[in-house]
Amino acid sequence: MSTSPKHATKLRLSEHRFFQGFEGPLVGLLQKEAIEQTYGPGDLLVREGDPADKFLLIYEGKVALEIATPGKPHLTIETIGAGDALGWSWLFPPQEWRLDGRALKATRALVLDAEFVRFTLDHHPTEGYRFVLRLLPIIAERLENTRVQLLDIYGA
Amino acid sequence: MTALARPEAISAHPLAPTPYVVRRRTIETSDTTTLVLTPTKDALPPSHHPGQFNMLYLYGVGEAAISIAGDPLAPNEIVHTVRAAGKVTNALAQLEPGSTVGVRGPYGTGWPLVEAAGHDVVIVAGGLGLPPLRGVLREVFMHRERYGRVEIIYGARSPRDLVYYTEIQDWRGRPDIRFQTTVDAAGREWYGDVGLVTARIPDARFDPANSVAFLCGPEIMMKLTAQALETRGIRDDAIWVSLERNMKCAIGLCGHCQFGPDFVCRDGPVFVYRDVRRLFGVREV
Repeated sequence: MSTSPKHATKLRLSEHRFFQGFEGPLVGLLQKEAIEQTYGPGDLLVREGDPADKFLLIYEGKVALEIATPGKPHLTIETIGAGDALGWSWLFPPQEWRLDGRALKATRALVLDAEFVRFTLDHHPTEGYRFVLRLLPIIAERLENTRVQLLDIYGA
Repeated sequence: MTALARPEAISAHPLAPTPYVVRRRTIETSDTTTLVLTPTKDALPPSHHPGQFNMLYLYGVGEAAISIAGDPLAPNEIVHTVRAAGKVTNALAQLEPGSTVGVRGPYGTGWPLVEAAGHDVVIVAGGLGLPPLRGVLREVFMHRERYGRVEIIYGARSPRDLVYYTEIQDWRGRPDIRFQTTVDAAGREWYGDVGLVTARIPDARFDPANSVAFLCGPEIMMKLTAQALETRGIRDDAIWVSLERNMKCAIGLCGHCQFGPDFVCRDGPVFVYRDVRRLFGVREV
């Protein structure tokens, strides 16, 4: 994994699908604190049980979201890639990752400090609300997808 | 070489099967087998259109409707991929080369390949929905210049449940199409996508205004995929779905496969989504 210093990244939050069309000063404030990170195949972006202290936006690559079960192999339950946001554990207590995020190939992401994002959202509640409205559909979609996957539709 | 005659009507009676011999058998997955059949007599099988099905009959066991998974341009054999899911299909999946199986067909409508010419083609298959589309893929690859961009998305339960695994590797390597596979769950040995086929639609490459989509798989998968395609801008009369029902006579007489006003065996199994979408939401159908 390699990290760029703050302000050095050429990746723009405003160009990520999550923030596209998001108006107001919030994006600019977050951009100032965004750090670009690159991950090689096999690198862990987040690890189950660790503090969820960052919000990651993927620009390139592919990330496997894995569940680790003691005594059993890791199970990939979803893959995400360019344009996706990784996780929401950082927003809600206990702010602890519930899964592993492992790069399957070279991956570039902008990483935001979770505490800073929460602080900024608290102090810009109107934009903070819109931010949460962007995150909720991602949560809802992944929940709906998980429900369909539970149906084991291909096995029937 | 003497040209083999193509029989006008391979069966004298519409419900009488014609004997075929199993020439080759390929085990695709733990429950799915591909059978290559040829007629016992010195004749070619009747021609078929991708998307049609045959009734396969085993003496003393029963009969089942199975999609034709072969190449319409390979006229000397017919190919069926069978999942062992019941008494008849279990017995079919166990057939060894040299076994005899009764065949009648082909029946039903096929994929609208003529209408698809000149358009981008989006093919979405789930589970055992790939075999009925295999003939489409062969046709598209053979006449690639007739079509615009070709985007293929194939979903399965796990990497072990992907059928035509070797062929898929070839298809994925083709520079003139994009073939994506995704599974519901996988271990670390899998470097492909994990998730629903619908998750691949937003980034699929096609012009919604000039595309046709062919969907085959579980109905809920087709319903969700059609919704995702409509969100991208494809009209519901450019989306085609292949339905599966309990077919018995296969000639539109018995009514076992009734789907609203239609019989799937006679009026389908390929339907334009606009005509059947309201029935996708009816629980009793």
